[in-house]
Amino acid sequence: MHKITTLLLSVMAYIAVSLPAQAQEAPASLDARVNEAFANFTGPFVSFIFAPIPGTSFPWIVMWLVIGATVFTIYFAAVQFRFFGHAIGLVKGDYSDPDDAGEVSHFQALATALSGTVGLGNIAGVAVAVGIGGPGATFWMILAGLLGMASKFTECTLGVKYRNEYPDGTVSGGPMYYISKGFDELGLPGGKILAVLFSVFCILGALGGGNMFQANQAHAQITQITGDYPGYITGFIFAAVVFAVIVGGIKSIAKVTEKVVPFMGVMYVGAALVVLLVNFDMIGWAFGQIFAGAFTGLGVAGGFVGALIQGFKRAAFSNEAGVGSAAIAHSAVKTKEPITEGFVSLLEPLIDTVVICTMTALVIIISQQLIIDQATGNYMLNEAGTAIATVDGNSGVALTSAAFGSAISWFPFVLAIAVILFAFSTMISWSYYGLKAWTYLFGEGKVTELIFKVIFCAFIVVGAAANLGPVIDFSDAAIFAMAVVNIFCLYFLMKVVRKELNSYASRLKSGEIRKFTH
Amino acid sequence: MKLVIGLDGQSSGDKALSFAKEIAGKTEACELIVVYVIEWSPFSFQTAEENAERHKRREEEISIAMERVVTPAVKSLTDAGLTARAIVRHGDVADTIDNIAHAEGASQIVVARSSAGGLTSRLFGSSTANLVMNARVPVTVVA
Repeated sequence: MHKITTLLLSVMAYIAVSLPAQAQEAPASLDARVNEAFANFTGPFVSFIFAPIPGTSFPWIVMWLVIGATVFTIYFAAVQFRFFGHAIGLVKGDYSDPDDAGEVSHFQALATALSGTVGLGNIAGVAVAVGIGGPGATFWMILAGLLGMASKFTECTLGVKYRNEYPDGTVSGGPMYYISKGFDELGLPGGKILAVLFSVFCILGALGGGNMFQANQAHAQITQITGDYPGYITGFIFAAVVFAVIVGGIKSIAKVTEKVVPFMGVMYVGAALVVLLVNFDMIGWAFGQIFAGAFTGLGVAGGFVGALIQGFKRAAFSNEAGVGSAAIAHSAVKTKEPITEGFVSLLEPLIDTVVICTMTALVIIISQQLIIDQATGNYMLNEAGTAIATVDGNSGVALTSAAFGSAISWFPFVLAIAVILFAFSTMISWSYYGLKAWTYLFGEGKVTELIFKVIFCAFIVVGAAANLGPVIDFSDAAIFAMAVVNIFCLYFLMKVVRKELNSYASRLKSGEIRKFTH
Repeated sequence: MKLVIGLDGQSSGDKALSFAKEIAGKTEACELIVVYVIEWSPFSFQTAEENAERHKRREEEISIAMERVVTPAVKSLTDAGLTARAIVRHGDVADTIDNIAHAEGASQIVVARSSAGGLTSRLFGSSTANLVMNARVPVTVVA
């Protein structure tokens, strides 16, 4: 094992060194060269995904996500509000058959999916949104979170309904399965091709948002405390640990992380509440800024449209509603009714975006890290005019850290640990999502799986070494590309979900489905 | 009369078993139900990979428990001419034994003295202690 580890680390080192060397320009640091090669390589893909709707500055992809979430909300008659209480009952286990004890519970499926989504999107991503789009971005983020609950409901119901259950007792599910099987069932053509396309984007998403963005921001957070040092060092360390878990089979590391991360999440929200309580007199003002900014922009780049774009983008990146990744995580649940997992999954955007992301945004706004021009009451832009000027010139995770630090001086240290653990658990989750897409394309087998895992680890190094700009662009683009295919297919498959919903709702009303007495 | 015997897979369980055997031998038409609970909570945190393999693992856990603990116990009871059957479940040990005894209409639960010691039992209490405190059926704790 040790030999393989050493060998693969050398391979990754070679990739990291040779990739940028082929690019161009002579004396630049390794990090800078990785960054440049990466930005050049991913540029066209990123430009396509974020192309504006002709005649406007509004990226079509953001519109795509919002329209999707709105359509599902209307089509299922606001299922996210009607069945909210029922979803809580399901998670509590009120409707679980005691004979199924020992199988994956609704709570476990939700917790696993959440550990994949709650991460740096909530801490760093929100800081990016508020830093560029101003406090108004928070309003649009919350709205996108609430609408996104319906997207999540749709995809996770299908994820369970069309999963593969193998003779050895393991299960595999996700958009690639419901797209191909669902389209076949409805007699629609092209299911297989769309499933393949989704899988390709899912692999890119796993390497981008599920990997590079995490490594990048984890490194940013560490250097906040230790002082600057080359990113590839952090990258190698992360890659080695992730390698040990996903290839070496050292499950104990992943198990420990899975147990610590939920507590970190609770602690993060707790710390945010402390900051809010200390500044309780400013909460009203902060909400005033959020509402005013949502419709006027308060001087941010791009005005209120800029706030809206940032809010929607970051919400989608954080809660992944409509992206399809959650359908992979939720599909392992034990239930006779696929729709029940749909209900449970709609809690995910609520917890992730409406609660945790909003907390981050409020802390950043209340701590007044964003500089306001006292004369106009608008926010001041930085020199480049691309984002709001901040007290110490921070952006991303550093901005969140500074915001917490202004109220609780020692919190940045705790936050650093939380960020590393969140980053790690998100990487482990996405390595699984990526692997499922990879095996869907190339078949299951030790060698094919190992190839993906090695590529995954190599990208950690690239992610930690590159700058935030290109990394976040690629991460967003890859994850949104998944949503392009997924939401397109959901439009065709949503009638299957409605049938399930109607049948379940009537049985719930008639008392055929009732709580188990435990 | 029905007796529920809670086993923990350790040597102390044998004492509970032989005690139950003794009572059953003296009682007419006594049915023995051997229960083994695999500690499990629906509120624990797992990785996506663990979830995907959960059903498989559950089956494995049940068959190991059957093979190593429960089947030999049932055999020793039936060999002694008694009527016995086995139940293996996942869940909280104390709650599950109580639920089974209650559902089966058992008149008594026989368990061994707690095998947990030290800090763990001080913090969380032992399964035996929890059972004794919360059971709806009389409990005999065998020392």
